[in-house]
Amino acid sequence: MRIVTVRRISQVFFLCLFLWFCLAATLGERWWQLRGWPVNWFLQLDPLTGLLTLVTTGTIFAGLLWGLATLVLTLILGRFFCGWLCPFGTMHQFVGWLGSRNKSLKERVARNAPRRAQMIKYFLLAFFLAAAMSDLLLRLGQVQWPAALAGALLMALVLAATRRGRGGRSFWLAAGVLGALWLGYSLLLGRGGPLGASLLAGLLDPIPLVTRSMNLVLLPLADAPLRLAWPDARYFQGAALIGAVFLASLLLNLWFPRFYCRFVCPLGALFGLLGRFSLWRVGKTQAECSSCAACDAYCEGACRPQGVIQPAECVLCLNCLDVCPDQVIDYCTAPSAAGEQAPDLSRRRVLAALGTGLAAPPLLRLGGLLGPDWDPRLVRPPGALAESRFLARCLRCGQCMRVCPTGVLQPAGLSFGLEALWTPVLNMTIGTSGCQLRCVACGHVCPSAAIRPISVQEKLGQGPFAAQGPIRLGTAFIDRGRCLPWAMDRPCIVCQENCPVSPKAIFTRVQFNPVLPGLGVTRAQGGEITVSPGGLKPGALGTGDYYCRAQDGIQARILANTIDTLFLARLEGWRTPAPGQKVSVLVRLQQPYVDPARCIGCGICQHECPVSGLRAIRVTAENASRQRSHSLLLK
Amino acid sequence: MSPLLPPEEMDRRDFLRRAGLAGLGLAAAGVLGWRAYDGQGPLGSGEVGPQVKLPSYAVPGQAQKVALVKGSHRVPALRAGLEALGGIKAFVQPGDQVALKVNAAFASPPALGATTHPELVTEMVRLCLDAGAKRVVVTDNPINDPASCFELSGIGPAARAAGAQVVLPSAEAFQPTSLAGGRLIKDWPLLYGPLKGVNKLIGLAPVKDHHRSRASVTMKNWYGLLGGRRNIFHQDINGIIAELGRLVTPSLAVADGVASLVKNGPTGGSLEDIKPTDTLILGTDQVAVDALAVGLLGLTPAQVPYLGLAVAAGVGALDLKPLRVELG
Repeated sequence: MRIVTVRRISQVFFLCLFLWFCLAATLGERWWQLRGWPVNWFLQLDPLTGLLTLVTTGTIFAGLLWGLATLVLTLILGRFFCGWLCPFGTMHQFVGWLGSRNKSLKERVARNAPRRAQMIKYFLLAFFLAAAMSDLLLRLGQVQWPAALAGALLMALVLAATRRGRGGRSFWLAAGVLGALWLGYSLLLGRGGPLGASLLAGLLDPIPLVTRSMNLVLLPLADAPLRLAWPDARYFQGAALIGAVFLASLLLNLWFPRFYCRFVCPLGALFGLLGRFSLWRVGKTQAECSSCAACDAYCEGACRPQGVIQPAECVLCLNCLDVCPDQVIDYCTAPSAAGEQAPDLSRRRVLAALGTGLAAPPLLRLGGLLGPDWDPRLVRPPGALAESRFLARCLRCGQCMRVCPTGVLQPAGLSFGLEALWTPVLNMTIGTSGCQLRCVACGHVCPSAAIRPISVQEKLGQGPFAAQGPIRLGTAFIDRGRCLPWAMDRPCIVCQENCPVSPKAIFTRVQFNPVLPGLGVTRAQGGEITVSPGGLKPGALGTGDYYCRAQDGIQARILANTIDTLFLARLEGWRTPAPGQKVSVLVRLQQPYVDPARCIGCGICQHECPVSGLRAIRVTAENASRQRSHSLLLK
Repeated sequence: MSPLLPPEEMDRRDFLRRAGLAGLGLAAAGVLGWRAYDGQGPLGSGEVGPQVKLPSYAVPGQAQKVALVKGSHRVPALRAGLEALGGIKAFVQPGDQVALKVNAAFASPPALGATTHPELVTEMVRLCLDAGAKRVVVTDNPINDPASCFELSGIGPAARAAGAQVVLPSAEAFQPTSLAGGRLIKDWPLLYGPLKGVNKLIGLAPVKDHHRSRASVTMKNWYGLLGGRRNIFHQDINGIIAELGRLVTPSLAVADGVASLVKNGPTGGSLEDIKPTDTLILGTDQVAVDALAVGLLGLTPAQVPYLGLAVAAGVGALDLKPLRVELG
């Protein structure tokens, strides 16, 4: 079998596996639903997620250890992930193939020639790496000289990957300057301020990107008629932007094949840096050949196999091996006979990218969204870490939103700030309910533990967690200007009815409000009172919520009414008013109050509130357990 | 592409062809204008489309029967109650299609008493199938997420295991209905899909405290047949329950008070909210069933306004004497 056929089989297999996991992330107990399927496997294989969470947190969470296997295999085999496994890469290759049909050899060679712009992805990688790094710097800064020296060496190694960086005086000079900058910076970091590490890479990291696009755009569209992934139509706020990014990245393949892989992909850049050193690589076995350019024409990575090859760009599509009429291209341990070239990364640009990355989180946080101007609408799922720790872990992959049974978990839009873009936030109006009391699904599917895998007991504050109490997402606040019993003399208390905690966090106080004051009694007999002026709506006062109050202050429930006569329930102590006396019709209102000590911020009240637009009871993130600084109550 | 009109070749045939084309265009534009012209503009949203109407599911000859069973186990209590009313065969004939309207409102485990107990569902499904029912459908439009409600309450697995079909509400399952002479139920979405083809309807409801209507039993249970933003009806909770009683005439209504949710209802949430009341009430008169059931919550029928409204609307009677069965 031809090697490219094997490669295609592998690509199709892993793409199908990926799609399968997207479907299998359905909450349920049937064999094709979420019951042990490793639905995070692709996210875990992606070493960029593992590396960056290692940088931000100092640990590799559970399944992210898979990323190490990918890294080691890349050191041995080269960028096998890009060419053989990555589902996003397979999609790009397919669209690129569509766009390349009927193109002449010359056109193909032109489209697949190496370009300077391919270096952009390395700068993006440097940017994301640096954006994630300030906490690490801080930690290193705190551990004295030897560690700082080690850090400087590490950075020097990064430099070594750049052009002219290896060995020599300039190398040691750069390392020294960096070490000094480092210590100074660490000292500054120790003094606080808006600095911090942020896992921004999830925005462009290909596996989170394609997972998010599947979960929040393609699957909801495909499932609207099928109803496999969810029992009813599912909505995701701002899905259009996620879809646009996905569609644009696919359509760009019509311009240049594998556009995303060549120019944008920060994961590809990481593999490229390692792929340079890989044990096996693609290359020519002899420098001379017939120069037919067939290999260059079909090269997916734009790494110029016919000439001086760029191993960092090679995605191991192995098309060159397949098409070479002279059979001078091989995949072996020897470097190409025609020579190899490292990525043309100037030190200055890498430093600029690193600097920009370091500056990005402080710049994003200068707006104060993580500090004094925090957004109370940002209600995070149960088990979510405190905001800065959360942002150091969240990949924006959308797995939590995919698995959420009610659809209350939504991708945060731009209004929550750039740094929170596409991270999970609760929107109580869009799903089928608020956050369900006994559900902890999101934390158990989160690949990076930005949402901790809590137990139901911990969520409810039972058993061993009784002392710390339930996990609160926020607190419900009643908008008395919109609430029917508060503002409009209408009974309601749907919020109280649906509050799922016991005892309820919403309680009521009874209030009798006069709706028809000062009615004159013209005739009264037992519980039957005729009043003037009449003009009552027949039956309207007989709903069980209206009372008649006599001058002596005693009141009786109205059972029924005609246009001018009230029929009252007999009550002990009720004295029939004499003609000429005044009576009032009152409405009995149960006005809701929230007990913040009991409210867990689940948002079920908000979801059920009959004021259908802007709800009269709304949950905001005050008193959320995850953020001490947002607490509301005295302990 | 050749030019449309090569000037040197313009002849009579060409002219006629073009004239014909223009004529056709003129005719098409005329027909389109004539057919599609709307001088009035769209009507307001007051338009009412076709409405569905729920039939009466009452079984002839069984009117005004109520049984009250004292017992601490649901399955024998249900059987004994049905025996007292003439046996399941009095209600379900071979070939019948039966719908069980359960209360699956909340994603809450059975022990917390906020939803119909799965044991009761299992037994009722089994009895219906044994009596020869062709099909048993179990349905509700819950308040919390529907799929979670049916799974967590245990109703879904129990019903499926017993051989029933569980139908979750989907957007297509709702069709507008209007109650004849109704004040509240006008052009309102009704969970009609699962009731298609059904000729027997049985309500299975737990006995629950309700802060707004005082009690939630078999009549309040029909709330789960409404769709849309039904919570606006809470402004007139008693009125809507009475209208639901008029809208739905079941074959049988069952109130499960073996354990009652006596406080913090209708959601519950703690075992402390549950009280063993060892009573199962069933009958063909839903008002009578509810009137007996509110006693388990420590209420008299006079304290529960919806019962009075339902009696006034002719839904049923408060003072039916129940057939009493005592189980050990």
